[in-house]
Amino acid sequence: MANETTVAEAAPAKAHGNGHENGHGHHPTGWRRWLFSTNHKDIGTMYIVLSLVAALVGGAMSFLIRLELAEPGIQYNLFWLDNEAAYLQFYNVLVTGHGFIMVFFVVMPAMIGGFGNWFVPLLIGAPDMAFPRMNNISFWLLAASLVLLLIAAFTQGGPGTGWTVYPPLSNAEFHPGAAVDLGILSLHLAGASSVLGAVNFITTIFNMRAPGLVIHRMPLFVWAILVTAFLLLLAIPVLAGALTMLLTDRNFGTAFFDAARGGDPVLWQQLFWFFGHPEVYIIIIPAFGIISQVISTFSKKPIFGYLGMAYAMVFIGFVGFIVWAHHLYTSGLDVDTRAYFVSATLIIAVPTGIKIFSWLATMWGGSIDFRTPMLFACGFIFLFVMGGVTGVALANAGMDIAFHDTYFVVAHFHYVMAIAAVFAMFAGFYYWIGKMSGRQYPRVLARVHFWMFFIGVNVVFFPQHFLGMAGMPRRIPDYPDAYAGWNYVSSVGSYLTTASTLLFFYIIWRTLRSGEKVAANQWGEGATTLEWTVDSPAPFHTHEDLPDMREKQPAE
Amino acid sequence: MLRILKLIVLVPVLAALSLMLGTGDVFAAGRAEPWQMWFQPAATPVMERILEFHNLLLIIEVSIVVFVLAIMCYIIFRFNAKSNPVPSKTTHNTLLEVIWTGVPLFILIIIAIPSLKLLYYADKVQDAEMTLKVTGNQWYWNYSYPDHGGFAFDSIIVPNAELKKGQPRLLTVDNPVVLPARTNIRLLLTSADVIHNWAVPAFGVKLDTVGGRINETWVNINKEGDYYGMCSELCGVNHAFMPIHVKAVSKADFAIWVKKAKKDFADVEVPAAAKLAQADAPAVAR
Ligand SMILES: [Cu+2]
Repeated sequence: MANETTVAEAAPAKAHGNGHENGHGHHPTGWRRWLFSTNHKDIGTMYIVLSLVAALVGGAMSFLIRLELAEPGIQYNLFWLDNEAAYLQFYNVLVTGHGFIMVFFVVMPAMIGGFGNWFVPLLIGAPDMAFPRMNNISFWLLAASLVLLLIAAFTQGGPGTGWTVYPPLSNAEFHPGAAVDLGILSLHLAGASSVLGAVNFITTIFNMRAPGLVIHRMPLFVWAILVTAFLLLLAIPVLAGALTMLLTDRNFGTAFFDAARGGDPVLWQQLFWFFGHPEVYIIIIPAFGIISQVISTFSKKPIFGYLGMAYAMVFIGFVGFIVWAHHLYTSGLDVDTRAYFVSATLIIAVPTGIKIFSWLATMWGGSIDFRTPMLFACGFIFLFVMGGVTGVALANAGMDIAFHDTYFVVAHFHYVMAIAAVFAMFAGFYYWIGKMSGRQYPRVLARVHFWMFFIGVNVVFFPQHFLGMAGMPRRIPDYPDAYAGWNYVSSVGSYLTTASTLLFFYIIWRTLRSGEKVAANQWGEGATTLEWTVDSPAPFHTHEDLPDMREKQPAE
Repeated sequence: MLRILKLIVLVPVLAALSLMLGTGDVFAAGRAEPWQMWFQPAATPVMERILEFHNLLLIIEVSIVVFVLAIMCYIIFRFNAKSNPVPSKTTHNTLLEVIWTGVPLFILIIIAIPSLKLLYYADKVQDAEMTLKVTGNQWYWNYSYPDHGGFAFDSIIVPNAELKKGQPRLLTVDNPVVLPARTNIRLLLTSADVIHNWAVPAFGVKLDTVGGRINETWVNINKEGDYYGMCSELCGVNHAFMPIHVKAVSKADFAIWVKKAKKDFADVEVPAAAKLAQADAPAVAR
């Protein structure tokens, strides 16, 4: 086992890894291997597959939205619906479904369930997650949740409430039928899945680190997942409470959100965003972690200002819980309340600034290999800064009057967290696919993918700043003719983005089918973390003898 | 394909043109123009201050993006594996870290002070000369004038097929809401059903209408003219089809209009139920 404990040195012999597997020769095969899986790598793989499937659905939805918006007028001849009201409802369901699916079933499963499951144990030198059976339940709850959500979309017109599900629009009077109820149940399952996963990660990271891998030496991806797990643990129960209140409002005659009977629709907004704001950090903080690993590896330098980077994430997570009402600037909140939320929200720029500058400082003086993961990391920084500065603008309640609920906001959050997160997912995918599959991705195609996607998303979202400033509201299927120009440009961008996504799926197929075999450490001297000490593909069981990190430099 | 090619040529030209012409009064006030890349011209003191504040912010935003991009370009050029084969081992620099924590904090304070001033200025008006009450409905607006005898009327979108020449699609309503220019007007907003949002970009006004609550804001319109807005909170299938059309007139004309409106709308008794049936049918025509 000696060589498994050695950081950043030669790969352990192939036979060695196989020996491990043979030692546990009775691990399940066929469908049992997956359905009953308690192996963090298999479960991680299932999360990634689920994310890819959901990405096809959510991506198709956004493509349909852009098709509808490509020209003024209602384009419902594109669809099988011949009744205009039904089509308008269907459009709102697309808007709703795109949000839900991308947040809960694409980004979160890929980064937390997928990369988190795969690499947290590998990075901390643990043989598996702390609660392997709970890990299995977490995944299957999420799969069930996705199925429920898709059923909801096709039940009695579907939920056309937006992912924010604001009552009264979401209550029984304005959304009769089971669609919203099914959506609520779906979110309950997804929430339960997330909370179980969070408990698992926290326990694993606190208790199962290799000897010597003290908390201040953990790789930043592990820090990111730890902070994210705490955010999930604290935010999801609030969502669950609010969802339950909405469910009883709809079905059992309570009136939590019904003003006519003493309730308050704005209460929902407070509860939803108390969850919703941390949720966007749940999405972006794992991205921070991936980007830190990638930048450090390809710059061949340890992360600059490691402690600052780690605690910036902790601080962002903390502040994330006290800024929620900046989503409610036009709900009619008291002016002093808004003044507080302006100040608190602006503060977030400080730790995020620290992160940006520390990444740049890590690259500074490095000997940078611009391979595909690094390209995506650089793209991430650009998008995150773009979305960050518009975020600073939106934080100001006085000026947010002009931006709220316009396409400017759509552009902002896609830049700063949605597309940025997807860039981090692609960076993570190209960075780790060799470790996960044992195969090299096609290098040239991967670069083509990067440039197509980078140009595509910027063509989609940059013009939306103009649309928003000119006053175009969100979530509308048709717009005054003045907005036609930039909408058309935006839609052209989405064709390119869609093409790049199809290319990505081809790249996956090519990698798995005919990619050449890669070495245990395919990135060379910059890849200093523990996952590069085990074979590629990583054997079924790893780190059964804990690597000894007592003598090593911080694994940054 | 030809369209795309045209766009590749047209877009930068138009963009450059609109930037050159600046942000002034080249656009007709009150609604967006084709290829507009900027705010609609301000028609109220609040919107004027929003634009002023945004000009400050834009300088800061652009400087940050340019600064980061410049560093990245330098890094890509100078520290790629070919130019710099041996990586440095620097991982700390306390002074640098203090600077990049402190300077952003300082910039934020520069932003926060005018931001909060604007926020408090835009909130409420002390000496309102009149009040307009706005009620959101699925999917039209109801306006009432409590200081002028309390008459009320509905404002419903005009379907595309019935538009007259020059009337903008999706922005034209049967009864525009008429307001006097150069007058402090208090707006009271509420809803008869789901949450809507009464928004007119040129006024710098955007506020939810929530059933069971009354939200307050204000306008003082600089200039006579037509101003348009759209519902800005998802409110169901016809969310895109409940526009706002404000006709600002002189005080004298407003007085004349009030007299006439009192007669015209005398029998309109906040007719939510009666009008609902009419509005239930999807309001658009293609
Ligand atoms: Cu509305």
